[in-house]
Amino acid sequence: MIVTENALPEDLACKEAVELFSDYLDGALSEELSALCEAHLRECSPCVTYLDQLRITVRSLRVLVMNGLPDEVKQTLLVRFREFKSQ
Amino acid sequence: MTDADTLTALRHLDEQAFTTLVEKNQQQMIRIASLYVSTRASAEEVTQETWLAVLRQLDQFEGRSSLKSWIFRILINRAITRAKKEGRTIVLSALSNEEASGDEPAVDPSRFLPDTHPRWPGHWSDAPQPWTPETDLLGTEVRSLLAAAIESLPPVQRQVITFRDVEGIDSREVCNVLGITETNQRVLLHRARAKVRNALEQYFREK
Repeated sequence: MIVTENALPEDLACKEAVELFSDYLDGALSEELSALCEAHLRECSPCVTYLDQLRITVRSLRVLVMNGLPDEVKQTLLVRFREFKSQ
Repeated sequence: MTDADTLTALRHLDEQAFTTLVEKNQQQMIRIASLYVSTRASAEEVTQETWLAVLRQLDQFEGRSSLKSWIFRILINRAITRAKKEGRTIVLSALSNEEASGDEPAVDPSRFLPDTHPRWPGHWSDAPQPWTPETDLLGTEVRSLLAAAIESLPPVQRQVITFRDVEGIDSREVCNVLGITETNQRVLLHRARAKVRNALEQYFREK
């Protein structure tokens, strides 16, 4: 069931395609496997939906990042830095 | 500023260069340390210690990896040491092989037609339904769902998806920092993403 470079099928079943989509999104597939994915996606709207959802999932994970450094943390580090410098 | 510029400035103990580097990386480092140690406070301490270790060990940095990789490796080593003291044991490479091995389908096999189906072997029988576009993916509810889904992943899958998709660190750097192979990294990321997608799907189905 696992599709690899060494055993390229003529076309993909959905069950096989979904195993390739993470690498497909990252551009980590070989040209041949990528072409197989694209051929499959042209014919299969449920897999297009699945791939979209995977893309949405990956994109939404970025929102878990919170930026900005609390002032007190920065101050403590600066104090330590100055101590280090004066040693 | 390139790595070389930053290094030169740091070696001259330039406060501005240090502050900039801290501001750029601190939050991410705390989140990464949190993957290993037991509490947020503990992760913050490990991160602080890491900065001092970075300053002390600057002369040992040989430029074979990026400055960021080097700092992250110091951070992770310290976090692992701390985790062991807290009674949490972590053997990354062995775990990574274990989590990447075996057959773990991205989608429940019962959602596909059997391989013996005359017309559509292995095609969807229970196809994914499009998610309602009006659902706020940035809302608190989805955020906590995503966080919980990541939390419930096996440890190395959790780390790989956090580094790659939450923190946006590229795959070479992730392999480098975690000491895992490129192949394992791809498999682990694929499995982790599939599970998080499944959790979102479940959420949308119940909505």
